[in-house]
Amino acid sequence: MEKPFAITLDPGSSLANHTGSWRTSRPVYLDRLPPCNKQCPAGEDIQGWLFHAESGDYESAWRHLTKDNPFPAIMGRVCYHTCEGACNRGQLDAPVGINSVEHFLGDEALKQGWKLTPPATESGKHVLVVGAGPSGMSAAYHLRRLGHSVTLYEAGPLLGGMMRFGIPKYRLPRDILEAEMQRVVDLGVTVKLNSKVDNILTTMTEGKFDAAFLAVGAHIGKRATIPAGDAAKIIDAISLLRSMEGEDKPLLGRRVVVYGGGNTAIDVARTAKRMGAEPLIVYRRTREKMPAHDFELEEALQEGIMVKWLSTIKQAHESSLTIEKMALDSKGFPQPTGEFETIEADSLVLALGQDVDLGLLEGVPGLKVIDGVVEVGANMMTGHPGIFAGGDMVPAERNVTVGIGHGKQAARHIDGWLRGEQYFPPVQREVATFEKLNTWYYADAPKTVRPMLDIIRRQSTFDEVQGGLDESNALFEARRCLSCGNCFECDNCYGVCPDNAVIKLGPGKRFEFNYDYCKGCGMCVAECPCGAIKMEAEEI
Amino acid sequence: MSFQPVHFYQTGTFTVGNRLLAEEERSVQANMERTNSLNSGHRACQGCGEALGARYAIDAAMKAASGRLIAANATGCLEVFSTPYPETSWQIPWIHSLFGNTAAVATGIAAAIKVKRKKGQMGDVRVVAQGGDGGTTDIGFGCLSGMFERNDDVLYICYDNGGYMNTGVQRSSATPPAARTATTMPVGPEPGNAFGQGKFVPLIAMAHEIPYVATATVADLRDLEYKVTKAMGIRGARYIHILVPCPLGWGAASEDTIKLARLAKETGIFPVFEAERGDLTSSLKIRRQQPVEEYLKLQKRYAHLFGKKPAVETIARLQAAADKNIRRYGLLDEEAN
Repeated sequence: MEKPFAITLDPGSSLANHTGSWRTSRPVYLDRLPPCNKQCPAGEDIQGWLFHAESGDYESAWRHLTKDNPFPAIMGRVCYHTCEGACNRGQLDAPVGINSVEHFLGDEALKQGWKLTPPATESGKHVLVVGAGPSGMSAAYHLRRLGHSVTLYEAGPLLGGMMRFGIPKYRLPRDILEAEMQRVVDLGVTVKLNSKVDNILTTMTEGKFDAAFLAVGAHIGKRATIPAGDAAKIIDAISLLRSMEGEDKPLLGRRVVVYGGGNTAIDVARTAKRMGAEPLIVYRRTREKMPAHDFELEEALQEGIMVKWLSTIKQAHESSLTIEKMALDSKGFPQPTGEFETIEADSLVLALGQDVDLGLLEGVPGLKVIDGVVEVGANMMTGHPGIFAGGDMVPAERNVTVGIGHGKQAARHIDGWLRGEQYFPPVQREVATFEKLNTWYYADAPKTVRPMLDIIRRQSTFDEVQGGLDESNALFEARRCLSCGNCFECDNCYGVCPDNAVIKLGPGKRFEFNYDYCKGCGMCVAECPCGAIKMEAEEI
Repeated sequence: MSFQPVHFYQTGTFTVGNRLLAEEERSVQANMERTNSLNSGHRACQGCGEALGARYAIDAAMKAASGRLIAANATGCLEVFSTPYPETSWQIPWIHSLFGNTAAVATGIAAAIKVKRKKGQMGDVRVVAQGGDGGTTDIGFGCLSGMFERNDDVLYICYDNGGYMNTGVQRSSATPPAARTATTMPVGPEPGNAFGQGKFVPLIAMAHEIPYVATATVADLRDLEYKVTKAMGIRGARYIHILVPCPLGWGAASEDTIKLARLAKETGIFPVFEAERGDLTSSLKIRRQQPVEEYLKLQKRYAHLFGKKPAVETIARLQAAADKNIRRYGLLDEEAN
């Protein structure tokens, strides 16, 4: 070819020069585990469902959420949302209001009538679930989704267990509870109410069940030995809360003393307040040592509930109690001081914890009971093959979310066991800690506070205390998620590469590295807002 | 305001793009069809700020000119690493000038286009001239001033990395005080570049009262694209001065390039502003103010300030210069603080 003067070569492109050979370490995309997901007792993929909610696709968000937890409307009200305590955004301004977005999604689903996904195929196996509380209902749901037939025995007259008989209406309205229970039943769960299982082995044999999941809960209120006169009115907290569900509301009198420092004690005191009483909580230790969640105590104090700290009840009389003052010793344990006083009380409610009714397990070989609860393995199976257990009747923290998590785990292990295999939970990914983020790229946006019911109405009615977010607030709140450890397609890596070595694959498809040209400078890693890229040493 | 605040909180408009943003609110760089004016395979160092800044600026200019653009390029890093004969990384019409005359070459191209358009031989084509700080503030300064004075229809972009980096990190008139180079005092009581009178070309450009002058950094893509796009919408001489950190010459980690540019802006060391016809019209506010040490200590060219006996006085002088910028260009949002 004829070339101009002094030109000997055709023009070429620098694409011929593969600068990837300079690299000593390479960037790789990964999905790290967000701290909220790690924290969730029900194993929800919180970042995952917020991702859908951020784009306003609430149905996808709800479907993603209900893969792990079928009760978002309940969770949005009663879950203690420890996820928010783990949220990385808390180190920036305030944690994302995960619980309030879940509340919104749950209510939206009920409003729109979204249904849970039925199983694609039936396995032909039949599983017995005992107890229609959070754990049992969660197991029933997950077993149905895995294609197994489920028959559910419940001793009580209604579904919900402790969600109905232990949680007051002002925290969980009953229409919400019923709607979410019914949605699980609609998946084809056979429900037998008022059917107490007296002997698990007999019931299993008679019903030809292939496996059983027990979640009978802890319903027997613990009694303390308090010397009491004949006329003293003493009842336990669980009986009181249960009777609130019936026609005959309990008669407590004006001055109600609640003995205990857990969440149940506070539920009882707030319930009594709404019935017109003047409740006083008596607790033997201090506020710092109180097992109840501080926000619940705070709400109770706002409603005018009094607490007597460092006090034990020595004796109960017809209309008064004798109280001994306590003092914390050097180890933080309360010790009696020998100082007594008398307080007026029309009734005394004991909120000292609950025991499990283990009657149905008598004579089951291999099964082990320690400290009043049933021992289970990592696969939630008891010592008796085919019998699994979860919720309040196994050793664990007792709350609704933990129970729901147990139901899910058990269902997956039961599924594996029924197929003669072992179910292995996915290996936990590395955690997306705050240090992995580049928070420069997040705009400042403090948390949206949910409306609280006016204080006077809270003191006198059973209306729900905590309202929900509206659509725009929920969207705002969802978009505050930092998407820790998981790409949200912000295009930063694609933009900041000086070598065009990041290939954008299009919406929803994320990105890819072009290792022919990537020089390994690490800028994409440094400028990724959410920590979804890391550098790995090249093998040289 | 040089960027549009939108009701959007996960990332605001700080990221390059985002799936949740409307298409028109995304940056040029977020687009899968961006020009990639400076393509892969160039020989710039790992983490080169100039390669990044050039692609940001020229892609934005290409979009603003609907793809009808010619670039003149002074000798320097950008030219050397992008066009080793016979290869080129440029995907646009591009001409290499001498070290010192790129403004004049661009003027000539603009004049030729004007004549050809008058004869009806071609449509509208825009002209960009670009160079490093050596080719702009030192060697090409006379030609640049002439281009300003004649108000030629050229957008001149200076990529400022504070020295002659590809020839071995020699001092230029844009090298900041106290920074070490191969041609400044290596030892003695005050090593590094002397505190001189300073030569900040954006201010000199403003003194020519040309239609548009702006500064930008590679840390704020949206601001940079906004300024290039605005400049392309104006006829006459325009000047944009972009701070582009140099991992080699600054002695910094390659992944810290954008972080350094961001710190230069957040400390007030590099003021980001725009001016029209000689008057300052807006400045990009500091969002999370930092002391200058945060910027200095990441760079080995300032390592002598942080020895066993920290050079407290020198650091204080640099802080005073940053504080002066903050006052002079109004870099702190008084209402926000």
